[in-house]
Amino acid sequence: MRTASSWLSNLAAWLLALIWVCPLLYAVWAAVHPTEYATRFVLFAPFTVEHFAQAWQAAPFANYFGNTILLVIMILSIQLVICTLAAYCFARYEFLGKNILFALVLVQLTVMPEILIVKNYQTLSSVGLVDTLFGIGLPYFASAFAIFLLRQTFRSIPNELVEAATMEGATSMQILRHVYVPLAKPTYVAFALVSVSYHWNNFLWPLVVSNSVSSRPLTVGLQVFSSTDQGIDWSIITAATLLSCAPLLLGFLIFQRQFVQSFMRAGIK
Amino acid sequence: MVKSLKQVNVYLLLLPALVLLLVFTHYPAVATLIDSFMSTPKGGRSAVFIGAENYLVMIDDPVFWRSLINNLWFAAVTIPISVALSLVMALWVNNKLAGTWFLRTSFFLPTILPMIAVANIWIFFYTPGYGLINQLLQTFGFSSRNWLGDPSLALGAVIVVAIWKQSGFFMIFYLAALQSLSPSYREAADIEGASSWYFFRRIQWPLLMPTTIFVLINAVIDAFRMVDHIFVMTHGGPDNASSVLLYYLYEIGFKFWDQGYASALTVVLMGALAVIGLVQFFALDRKAHY
Repeated sequence: MRTASSWLSNLAAWLLALIWVCPLLYAVWAAVHPTEYATRFVLFAPFTVEHFAQAWQAAPFANYFGNTILLVIMILSIQLVICTLAAYCFARYEFLGKNILFALVLVQLTVMPEILIVKNYQTLSSVGLVDTLFGIGLPYFASAFAIFLLRQTFRSIPNELVEAATMEGATSMQILRHVYVPLAKPTYVAFALVSVSYHWNNFLWPLVVSNSVSSRPLTVGLQVFSSTDQGIDWSIITAATLLSCAPLLLGFLIFQRQFVQSFMRAGIK
Repeated sequence: MVKSLKQVNVYLLLLPALVLLLVFTHYPAVATLIDSFMSTPKGGRSAVFIGAENYLVMIDDPVFWRSLINNLWFAAVTIPISVALSLVMALWVNNKLAGTWFLRTSFFLPTILPMIAVANIWIFFYTPGYGLINQLLQTFGFSSRNWLGDPSLALGAVIVVAIWKQSGFFMIFYLAALQSLSPSYREAADIEGASSWYFFRRIQWPLLMPTTIFVLINAVIDAFRMVDHIFVMTHGGPDNASSVLLYYLYEIGFKFWDQGYASALTVVLMGALAVIGLVQFFALDRKAHY
């Protein structure tokens, strides 16, 4: 009885998993075989990398890649600095209005920048930052999520360590740099992975803000590419699609355990 | 030695984060509320106070109602299915079935890929005629359907993609919770000869309650901001059959450039999210009891 049911649940699990990877496997199939095999699944269909080359040339993907990489690095590094400082204050010090300020920070967890695109677009255009990478990143630099996550971690750091450092005559900033930050390393890794994959994939706000090749990230570039030209054949679109996910996909497959554990860590607040 | 940093310095350290949040979260939230009672500035004319006009327009706007109802359907179908699936996935992965690595990777994979990109792949599944789903249907003798072009099917097609995309993400939270449960529960249940269903219903499910609530709240928030695939797959169509609030807000704000009406729509969305936030704040602590 038990073995029968566990055998069944094994089967169901594998079936669902196969359905789940099906779209991706299919994209790979369509991208690496000649167009006429896109919907014909023949075991010995000829292999080709032609579609990738065509896609790469059909749109300025090199620019889009560069934009996305710059954007992701810029957002993450500014987030880390700004949010570390804020989290440090909330975790370690008492000051007037602390609870109110912290509540104000947490507002961003429900009212995300995506919802406020109309007003934020006006703000950006009034300071001339529309169609710039900096403008795309700006609303995300102060991340309530990062502040919250880091504050939780900082608060769990044993007070003895901080006291010992104070005895040695370390200043607040030295304590932050040499005690808090090193001990919070797993949290930083977790947040970095979440942030990078979020902003690599982000679409709506970049779509609104960017209107030229110079600031368009991959997601928006891919959308422009696959929606404007009706004549582009299917295999090239799948190749472009795979190209744009490739770095995240490879990163995930290589550091799978790290990824999953980081998302777990970020999720348990 | 909590006071070793001067008060002024604390505020200085907080300043960058607070200023940015003020400019891009609090100010726009309040300004949008004000704008929703103003007309849209056109040409030389600046915005003037028009009272509840924008909201009256909204009440008479069939596309708004269509988008709202679609959004509620989207939430009502996506949330229970993806939460249930994510729990089942987590139980499977946690039970160390054969090939756990493959299972976990497959379930989680959609989460890290750009929605824009995967939606492109899904279009092909739905394409009439030679699309994969239709080919499969025809193999079994069913007739082919235009999944994205038929008003009665488009929303469902979009919902399937949303479930596929987010179940693996929620699985992670359940998996983390399951792994933090003490193995002694399982041992005790095995000694008592409890069935796995009984063990799940009486032990795991109650202990997972806080996770379920956390996941539910995230799922509700996501239901109001998942729109990327709609841009690729249906553009809200056909005939607004798959439009949701945020997508409609984008169209009003950035295709018709109607700032006043877009602000009123934003207020509705913020209102919905504020309610979720309050529920989270008040219900979370009480219901999440072991």
